[in-house]
Amino acid sequence: MKIAENNNGHMYTVSTLTREIKSLLEERFSFLWITGEISNYAVPSSGHSYFSLKDATSVISCVMFKNQKRGLKFLPESGMKIIGLARISLYEPRGSYQLIFEHLEPEGAGSLQMAFEQLKKKLASQGLFDVAHKKPLPFLPAKINVITSGTGAAVRDILHVAGRRFPGCHLQIVPVNVQGETAETEISQAIQTVNALQNRSELIILARGGGSIEDLSAFNSEKVARAIFESKIPVITGIGHETDFTIADFVADLRAPTPSAAAELALPDKTALIQQINRLRSSLAQSMNQKMGFLNQKRDDLSLRLKSPARVVKDFKLRIQEFEARMNRTFQARVLYHKERVFWLQKILMGKIPLIKIRESRKQVDGLVIDLGSFLDKRLSVCKTRVREMDVKLGAFNPRSVLDRGYSIARILPGKKILMDAKDAAVDDQIELILSKGRLVTRVEEK
Amino acid sequence: MVKKTFETALKQLEEIVREMESGDLSLEQAVKKYEVGIGHSKFCLDILDQTEKKITQLTRDNDGSLKEKPFDHE
Repeated sequence: MKIAENNNGHMYTVSTLTREIKSLLEERFSFLWITGEISNYAVPSSGHSYFSLKDATSVISCVMFKNQKRGLKFLPESGMKIIGLARISLYEPRGSYQLIFEHLEPEGAGSLQMAFEQLKKKLASQGLFDVAHKKPLPFLPAKINVITSGTGAAVRDILHVAGRRFPGCHLQIVPVNVQGETAETEISQAIQTVNALQNRSELIILARGGGSIEDLSAFNSEKVARAIFESKIPVITGIGHETDFTIADFVADLRAPTPSAAAELALPDKTALIQQINRLRSSLAQSMNQKMGFLNQKRDDLSLRLKSPARVVKDFKLRIQEFEARMNRTFQARVLYHKERVFWLQKILMGKIPLIKIRESRKQVDGLVIDLGSFLDKRLSVCKTRVREMDVKLGAFNPRSVLDRGYSIARILPGKKILMDAKDAAVDDQIELILSKGRLVTRVEEK
Repeated sequence: MVKKTFETALKQLEEIVREMESGDLSLEQAVKKYEVGIGHSKFCLDILDQTEKKITQLTRDNDGSLKEKPFDHE
């Protein structure tokens, strides 16, 4: 009771107090502009955006419902500074309050610029600008689709340039609104339509004259970007002025700075091409003529050098005859030489052969033997004769025979010196007398 | 076989001229190349000579069907 009195006799329930705070807040801050930095930005499957808005010291929970987000030209994200229109709401089950945003805009840069940067970043990260996806442009497209306003300067410029560069090229214009609500749908549908045609073109020129960033917004839309990316037909963009870069330019297979430049890039210069082909053609003919001339000359040259078979045969015959004669001469000389050589060798051989020598030597030896025999016989008989003579002579000289005939030999004793002279003996010397038979010893008596 | 386009024909023509000028070809090859080259140049010139000026406009009718008609740009 005491506590109740302190509250002026009124007792709140949680719900009644919460409800009162809610109506207090929602009436006081029905709509307000607020600026701050987004943090903890999240989009659950519901599609609503939940985030916090903070400054240096405070934080408020925020939500932006799906329906309101449709009007956004950019995607909010954490760290982004924004200005927004919101109302405060209190969520009774939790007793927490939050800001419900009706509109958001990036602080500083315009929301279109922001949206451009965001979409560019997103598509780049998805690879829509990758060089790998750029299709090569046909050198000479048989048919070109021009997607642009049917009434603007762009289409006139394109037709003019195309007519100058390549008269007669098939251009199929697909008129679209290039600005306004329906522009991005019309453009992307036009791209899809020409892709689906039976007699499909080989190139699309997507063009628009100059304008502000708002005027070019269709070309900065994701829808058009995706349609260009999906196109099987290569796309050249020529949008605005040289300084304008749109998302479509980044996705396109080739970006031309202006519609005229797009036509210039799309088509080759027909006059130059015809000149080039004629030049090539005459080069071709010229080198062919040269080749033929060279070959003809070579043929003439060769045919001059070509001999008739009869002459070749005759030449060969002459040569063979010559060879034959030379061969015979050489052969004969050779035989002669060998003959002489054999003869000569034979002669040498005959002179030197040992058998003949032996035979001769033997004859000589035989002769000598015979000579020797007769010589010996002769000698022997001579010797015999002489021996006989000598023997006879010797017989005559034998002292015995003298003694026989009455002679004696006197020798002085004792020297037995044969006494030949009487003087040699003195009186009384003993003298030995050898007689035919026996001996005597005597003495000298007188002298 | 690769579809013969103006560009490939022109490239081949250039290539043939270069080969012919290099002079390393046999007569048979040269004659063959020459014929092909003349064929390419005729092909290219024929394409360029198709001077029928065609500028049309592709629009959708009220019933949604596509319709091609001459484009009046003057």
